[in-house]
Amino acid sequence: MSEAIAEDTGIGAPVRRREDARFITGTGRYTDDLNQPGQVYGVFCRSPHARAKINGVDAEEALGIPGVLGVYTGTEMVADGIGDLPCGWLVKDKAGNDMRSAPHPPLAATQVNYVGEPYALVVADSLQAARQGAESVNAEFEELHAVVELGSATVSEQIYEGIDHNLAYEWALGEEDATRMAFARAAHVTTLELTNNRLIPNAMEPRACLGVHDAATGDYTLYTTSQNPHLERLVLSAFVQVAPEHKLRVVAPDVGGGFGSKIFIYAEETAVIWAAAKVGRPIKWVADRSESFLADAHGRDHITRAELALDEQGRFTGLRVKTTANLGAYLSTFGSSVPTYLYGTLLAGQYKTPNIYVEVQGVYTNTAPVDAYRGAGRPEATYVVERIVEQAARELGKDPADLRRMNMIQPEDFPYETPVALTYDTGNYEASLDKALELIDYAGFEGRRAAAAEQNKRRGIGFACYIEACGLAPSKLAIELGAGVGLYESGEIRMNPTGNVSVFTGSHSHGQGHETTFAQVVSDKLGVPYDDVDIVHGDTGRMEFGLGTYGSRSLAVGGSALIAAAEKIIEKGKKIAAHMMQTTPEQVDFDDGTFSLQDSNQSVTIQEVAFAAYVPADYPEDLEPGLTEKAFYDPNNFTYPAGTHIAEVEVDIETGVVELVNFVAVDDFGHIINPLIVHGQVHGGVAQGAGQALMEHGIYDEYGQLQTGSMMDYCLPRADDLPDFQVDTTVTPCTHNPLGVKGCGEAGAIGSPAAIMNAVTHALGTKDIAMPATPEKVWRAVRGE
Amino acid sequence: MKITLQVNGEPREVDVAENTLLVDVLRVNLGLTGTHVGCDTSQCGACTVHLDGRAVKACTVLAPQADGANVLTIEGIGTPDELHPMQAAFRECHALQCGFCTPGMIMQAIDLVENGDQLDNAAIREGLEGNLCRCTGYHNIVRAIQSVADAG
Ligand code: FES
Ligand code: FES
Repeated sequence: MSEAIAEDTGIGAPVRRREDARFITGTGRYTDDLNQPGQVYGVFCRSPHARAKINGVDAEEALGIPGVLGVYTGTEMVADGIGDLPCGWLVKDKAGNDMRSAPHPPLAATQVNYVGEPYALVVADSLQAARQGAESVNAEFEELHAVVELGSATVSEQIYEGIDHNLAYEWALGEEDATRMAFARAAHVTTLELTNNRLIPNAMEPRACLGVHDAATGDYTLYTTSQNPHLERLVLSAFVQVAPEHKLRVVAPDVGGGFGSKIFIYAEETAVIWAAAKVGRPIKWVADRSESFLADAHGRDHITRAELALDEQGRFTGLRVKTTANLGAYLSTFGSSVPTYLYGTLLAGQYKTPNIYVEVQGVYTNTAPVDAYRGAGRPEATYVVERIVEQAARELGKDPADLRRMNMIQPEDFPYETPVALTYDTGNYEASLDKALELIDYAGFEGRRAAAAEQNKRRGIGFACYIEACGLAPSKLAIELGAGVGLYESGEIRMNPTGNVSVFTGSHSHGQGHETTFAQVVSDKLGVPYDDVDIVHGDTGRMEFGLGTYGSRSLAVGGSALIAAAEKIIEKGKKIAAHMMQTTPEQVDFDDGTFSLQDSNQSVTIQEVAFAAYVPADYPEDLEPGLTEKAFYDPNNFTYPAGTHIAEVEVDIETGVVELVNFVAVDDFGHIINPLIVHGQVHGGVAQGAGQALMEHGIYDEYGQLQTGSMMDYCLPRADDLPDFQVDTTVTPCTHNPLGVKGCGEAGAIGSPAAIMNAVTHALGTKDIAMPATPEKVWRAVRGE
Repeated sequence: MKITLQVNGEPREVDVAENTLLVDVLRVNLGLTGTHVGCDTSQCGACTVHLDGRAVKACTVLAPQADGANVLTIEGIGTPDELHPMQAAFRECHALQCGFCTPGMIMQAIDLVENGDQLDNAAIREGLEGNLCRCTGYHNIVRAIQSVADAG
């Protein structure tokens, strides 16, 4: 039987995922699949206006509808002492002042500030009654002028009292004077105005939650679509004060994709868990897709002016960037940090540019809050750097690969300190570039271009040599820079008495395949069979603490915590094994699941040691029974995945349609545990980046109404919009975590927009087209409009 | 109203309002939560099931329309021990990540292979037009379907 041949499950093996068994048979358990006895349904009343005063909310009619059990408003939440939704990262402006935060009540009480903002929750014993109820709530709004357009928001009407010019902060990084001097001496200056289009995340599973309150014990349980259940619990207890931390359990079961959008602590779950106690029944809320469009945090939305200074040889001598970043109506959980610390710090890219200065205006508008979306700041930075470098190459008549190559940080330069506050630990950027050039057959491009021209198509090629900072982050540094929490991760390994292993991680998997990858890691480290290792995640009731999954941090930080815990298991195991073999721990070696006595053939297995730990008949006197260890791992630097993405597009001149015909991604993620999963992450990221470049755009009209509020108006990439991707890797192991890994979750979305837009502008011979390069825009560009 | 239908080979009867959607009959009345809801505009295909042998979006079918029909859902095509070849191919090719689109994708893919001829890369991609996946970039989904089509 072929099944009898053991699958290689070690580190580096493309192990088929164990979580798939439930997903391919329809037995996954997502939040909406869960039900509770006595459950009722919640539907939110949402603002139809982008900005309005609430003069009153009349629930009488709604309460008269059969089945409606309650209508809960923002005013009642305030009266109950429920706090505002906090922003978790306090950014200081150029002058050292705290950013200006607009108060963000979970349910709007006195004013609404974007279309779709919830102001009341209707609870009923059926979904239909709850919907009817929500339609019957009569709110009296007094419409106010809405500030929608990002470009003019700082000179528009002030949205919030005390927040002048609608500015949360003006932030800067780098040496302004030195950069100015670099420009004064430059042989050539390239200038580019860029927009980074607003994106709407659209994880396929809409957000949902199920809030349960047990009046007898005072315990709350919140099942919710979260990437980080412990952070959810922390915020809901410490800041919002719905329930004390020890009385609140947050469970994030199977979660159908996040891409950042499920990191944040939202109004909906806050209101639901609060109201569950008031109505005395479990409440379920599941977002309609329309609600996801309106009220999930959006991504990107920058306007940027960038200038690159070069010397006679083409060496980059200075980069100056001024960005206006849309924060939306409120500072979402990490909204403030995305266009600052996750953006400005990445502007060195892969290059030795000695002088960099960036200024960012974080601006409020009457639109949905903007926060981290796959890549979070790093795609925006890559877009600036890689578009302007490509443009400089064109202006100087240089090959874009050559110009990049001559400016790249070289392997011998590491550790490399950038002028924008990061220290890259390792990398080999040319290795990725070379491999990518080979895979795309760069030399053959002109031939392909000529062949396309015969079909009346213009073919273009574009590069992006990106870098990102992952593995967020050294806690001390993050907290110094304004983070409200540490950014370590926890891991716990329980050797069970029968020798198998239960692993608890604070990371959360919502598509990343941790149940497989983490089992590969622990199985390798402890030398126990892969099938004997079970990974548990996503439940504050089962693991101690955790900061969850975002920023491609799970393996680099969460995986490292498991290594640290495993080392403690081995250390204690050595003491037990030494006793069993009547020797001292120093005489015991551990390898591949076996403790052996040096210079002898005596050994005991880790399973025997585990049994002895729980049945301590003959056991070291000074040692506690049991073989369970936990560890918190706090990284001492970011990790720096980097690589080269190359796109080729063909533009149909008659229709303006851009076809992505070839895409190569060569990434350096350090060591790879499971290449199957890693490649899959890249595919998905590239698809999202291609969506940003060619299709996706969250558009509000001048009144602040979302024009792209459904999947019919907001164009998500479908299978026939994309080609097969060519994905490969190079490896320089991360120097500061035990696995030598860097993180692979976001790279695809970071490099691809710049590569694709470089290809589009190359094909058209234009300096810029604003993303997304839709047929209409391209058609106009072709005609010189 | 009362509706009788065959679901995964078993006769089922439900009593629902006339405006109930087939997807709610499956998920709410019959507890078959493998069929998912990803949108409210019939765009995503997460709800794809087979109705009398052809793939349909269950969010676009009213319960009365399914009266007397034969419905096949993801729960009815295979078990973890005895996977349908398409399920096995999805796993083998890593054609899923979060798994939310997967049941609909698999049901659509089976329809494609059973009812389409000459399934090359382009035909598969075109056949997946109505099914959105936000995780995989479709690359491995196409590979999985191709492998089943090729195995004929
Ligand atoms: S739920 Fe999206 S198409 Fe049916
Ligand atoms: S696997 Fe997540 S949407 Fe397809």
